[in-house]
Amino acid sequence: MRFTSVDFERNVTKALQDEHLQDALQRGMHGFVGKRAEAVAAVPEFERLRDEAREIKNHTLEHLDYYLESFEESVVRSGGHVHWAVDAVEARGIVLDICRKTGAKSITKGKSMAGEEIDLNEALEAEGFEVVETDLGEYIIQLANEPPSHIIAPAVHKTREQVSDLFHHHHRLLGFEQRQVEVPALVDEARQVLRKKFLQADVGITGANFLIAETGSNVIVTNEGNGDLTSTLPRVHVVTAGIEKVVPTLEDMTVLMRVLARSATGQEASTYTTIFSGPRRPGDADGPEEFHVVLIDSGRTAILGTEFQDILRCIRCGACLNHCPVWGAVGGHAYGWCYSGPMGAVLTPLLKDLEAAKHLPNACTLNGRCEQNCPVRIPLPGLLRKLRHRQYEANLTGATTRYGLHVWAFLAKRPALYDFCCNVVVRLLHLLGKRRGRLARVPLAGGWTRGRDLPAPAGATFQSQWRARGRS
Amino acid sequence: MNAAPKIGLFVTCLVDLMRPSVGFASVALLKRAGCEVHVPRGQTCCGQPAYNNGDDGNARAIAERVIAAFESFDYTVAPSGSCAGMLKKHYPEIFADDPAWQQRAADFAERCYELTSFLVEVMDYRPSDVSFPLTATYHDSCSGLRELEIKQQPRQLLSAVSGLELVEMQDAEVCCGFGGTFCVKYPDISVKMVSDKVANIERTSADAVLAGDMGCLLNIAGRLKRLGNAVKVLHVAEVLAGDGATAPGIADKQ
Repeated sequence: MRFTSVDFERNVTKALQDEHLQDALQRGMHGFVGKRAEAVAAVPEFERLRDEAREIKNHTLEHLDYYLESFEESVVRSGGHVHWAVDAVEARGIVLDICRKTGAKSITKGKSMAGEEIDLNEALEAEGFEVVETDLGEYIIQLANEPPSHIIAPAVHKTREQVSDLFHHHHRLLGFEQRQVEVPALVDEARQVLRKKFLQADVGITGANFLIAETGSNVIVTNEGNGDLTSTLPRVHVVTAGIEKVVPTLEDMTVLMRVLARSATGQEASTYTTIFSGPRRPGDADGPEEFHVVLIDSGRTAILGTEFQDILRCIRCGACLNHCPVWGAVGGHAYGWCYSGPMGAVLTPLLKDLEAAKHLPNACTLNGRCEQNCPVRIPLPGLLRKLRHRQYEANLTGATTRYGLHVWAFLAKRPALYDFCCNVVVRLLHLLGKRRGRLARVPLAGGWTRGRDLPAPAGATFQSQWRARGRS
Repeated sequence: MNAAPKIGLFVTCLVDLMRPSVGFASVALLKRAGCEVHVPRGQTCCGQPAYNNGDDGNARAIAERVIAAFESFDYTVAPSGSCAGMLKKHYPEIFADDPAWQQRAADFAERCYELTSFLVEVMDYRPSDVSFPLTATYHDSCSGLRELEIKQQPRQLLSAVSGLELVEMQDAEVCCGFGGTFCVKYPDISVKMVSDKVANIERTSADAVLAGDMGCLLNIAGRLKRLGNAVKVLHVAEVLAGDGATAPGIADKQ
């Protein structure tokens, strides 16, 4: 996808003016919060599970080299192949190579954020492969030629009416002449179209929710079963996954599973949980002939061992997006890359470019709702603040902010001068605003007064009034 | 408690500049709760604008000044969850690589409180003979709520105010869009967020909206008044001190 984080401000303006988007956000997002709260309330040990989940991920990250090698050994033992990709270019090359060797024409894809991260669809299509996304949300945005706007609900920015138009436009050519408007009918139509694709596909590509070191398994959860059809029907199954997806054992995975769906959609468990362990063995009823796992670094090892390591615990549940009021206001596309919301605002500057993504860590009120709901307790506001510090040190903080901060800090460290200057300003603002109690326009405060009045100060500062009364 | 605890009132820059009445209300409440109140000289700001914009050097310089000015008091109390959160939670982080200062910051932080939580948890205070004959809704400020777990304390205090009927709004715990410098750096997002907040306030049909942080209150009042809405905006301390009925609301005619 096009990397547009550098245009964050322009993206925001567009998002706020997009009536369809605002409509979709309002209708689509509120449910997540309530459902998560209910699901969590039903599990008395949920907070303890969050602690355990955090510790499992921390332990794995501390010994990531060991568990990755152990994962590779297990995959090889079960007849599969592991490929190591240092970056997106290598990762794409590996997948393309597998598809070419297979002689593939048609490829089905389950939802994979790693796949989005490495722009896999574009690369495959450029080589002439037919690529079909099989997760309904991903399928919708593929038809719309748009990137996902949410890591678990990629088409949440689309209204039902838009989906209806989109299906009518594309499916008409496949013989579906009647425009469908109701959700069940739309889903049914997509199912009929996709069913053929599943059966035709030569290669199925999925992501991974967890990679299990002890068994070499890939675990994916879906609500549509598309992951299973993508991975079992084609001759070759390819998994694309970031290296942080590995966990030591199936037992560990079960702890993470208990927090994942509840945090994501408020379900106790996703509808389908599938554990794939290698290619089809003699006597197996189904399964692919070849099983490949592409382990993608692409900036992750550079995060390991730094003050940002906590972000590698992320299990991509989307809870931080669902609870982020900024995400709720502008949606995911404004962030300009496949990861959005709080986790995206941490990952994008680290994995892509600190300077190009410099707005993301700043476009946050540090309200802390993301951390409060993160199943693996990632201190997201703290990480965003650390990124701001890194930007400040690298001289990437905007000139206005920097200059403003310098003046303010100069005064804040000189109380007498601060007091004098503040009294001049607040008394002036008081005189200007006391008649109405507020000011509609104030020099240098255009950002504030564009959509708000500035309450008029009450006159002298508290401290000068206090001293004037002879108190200490 | 035998001797009256000595309180250093951390006024907060926004109360100092924009709404001194909140400072006087805080003093009155602390005195009624049995405290001896001082307003240490030399206080300007807690340093959050620097800290939250990545300028750790200035944040530290300001933190050192605040600690030096306040550490001799039994407690430091601020009429703000955001500033108290900075003092209590973030000052120790700022000195993470300096053991001597970190100890000092930790000793200090332990004795820092937001006003309503101090009144309830430390002083076991309950307002008496205070009235506010209006329905009000309460906005939970993010830092107070999530850093200091302030939720029931202001409500418990408000329940003792006669005539006051508290109506909870939807999404009371969702950020109003202030966020310190966020509100001027990303004004369009901020205004969208405060507009959602204002819509939730309007849905309650409350006469007044209360909160414990001037930042949120200025933001909410600024938006309400821009929309021509008459809802009265007050700091919770003003209501608890008994000034709520007579004082002009924030951004109302003075």
